[in-house]
Amino acid sequence: MAMNQKEIKAAPPHRQRIDVTALRILLEQVKDPEIPVISIRDLGVLRDVRLEGDTVVVVITPTYSGCPAMKAIRNDIEELVAGATGLAVKVEMELSPPWSTDDMTEEGRRALLEYGIAPPQPRNAGARRVQCPRCGSGSTHLISEFGSTACKALYQCQDCLEPFDHFKCI
Amino acid sequence: MTGKTNKEALFNYVVALGDDALTLGHRLSEWCSNGPFLEEDLALTNVALDYIGRARMFYTYAAEVEGRGRTEDDLAYLRDCRDFRNFLITELPRGDFAFTMARQLILDVFNLEFLQALSGSSDANLAGIAAKAVKESRYHLRRSHDWALRLGNGTEESHARMQKAVDELWGYTHELFEMDEQELALAAAGVAVDRGLLRGRWGEAMDAILQEAALARPVEEWSVRGGREGMHTEHLGYLLADLQFLQRSYPGLRW
Repeated sequence: MAMNQKEIKAAPPHRQRIDVTALRILLEQVKDPEIPVISIRDLGVLRDVRLEGDTVVVVITPTYSGCPAMKAIRNDIEELVAGATGLAVKVEMELSPPWSTDDMTEEGRRALLEYGIAPPQPRNAGARRVQCPRCGSGSTHLISEFGSTACKALYQCQDCLEPFDHFKCI
Repeated sequence: MTGKTNKEALFNYVVALGDDALTLGHRLSEWCSNGPFLEEDLALTNVALDYIGRARMFYTYAAEVEGRGRTEDDLAYLRDCRDFRNFLITELPRGDFAFTMARQLILDVFNLEFLQALSGSSDANLAGIAAKAVKESRYHLRRSHDWALRLGNGTEESHARMQKAVDELWGYTHELFEMDEQELALAAAGVAVDRGLLRGRWGEAMDAILQEAALARPVEEWSVRGGREGMHTEHLGYLLADLQFLQRSYPGLRW
């Protein structure tokens, strides 16, 4: 019995080929289900990837306390990593330090803009006008503090009249 | 404090914070598809989600502190009225839109002070949850403040409704600043926040907003308390009947 356990431990599936950098690249495939153009890395939600024995540990941080996308993101990570490596996957939630829109990458901001969502400004930039993602006009006004999801506010452009989402800075 | 009472006190404290968040989040969620217009419907339910999210974080941590195998779901769905420790103000029916916004204003101003203080807790889990939640309360307040101004300075009707709401809610605010011995001991240990100390700043902030919204600060005539001891208004039972129905009737049912 003890002998068998030892043998199983000595030959974990795919062990040699798994490295953390490859896992990070793999995890680029996990997108925010509500904004499918941005990956969890670009969103700043992915905090750490590491191997603990035969388990892949992925550490993420929630954007908003009640964001329903977090459950989908967790499931996507588990499915993707388990499927690709055959290893056990553990997704850990880390609250501290709290997520901020400053954790978003430049690439992420560009992807949002192209998708028609005005990206968040850096938090230390002061009160700057939100620019219309369609025509670039700075003449916009707030319609509602909340858009289609908790992370967005609803704006309208006063030049091209297009209503649009703005990713709030927190 | 012995280790055991310390653990019990911490459990009770964290559960009460979860209860505040769950009951208020539930009341807000009742606006789903009942909002005055689409944007407001979305805003109310998004704030509800933030509160349900907080409840989950507090309950998950409470279950971990207790260490008896209960989960966040057990705490939310399988406790009865007398076990709930939320402030009475969070369980009151949602009322009209003015009542809902007046309650949000009172609690947003309170939560901003409370969570800011709790983010300095010596308990890393509580500090982490609070640091996360205080960011949300900051923009919740932007909205409830804005609505107080719009309703208070709006039509005769909106002003009257807002004033009535503030008058009806005021007697429930005293409880927010009252501490029992167990909580005072946790505060002395740097874990809990001494809410009594927040009263002054809360009052000043409320006075400024009420004045700006042309609303009168209610005369102190009455006050109700009891939520933290499990003594509730009749409304909590109805709320729980709705919230817990499925797990009570079909124990262990999964989504």
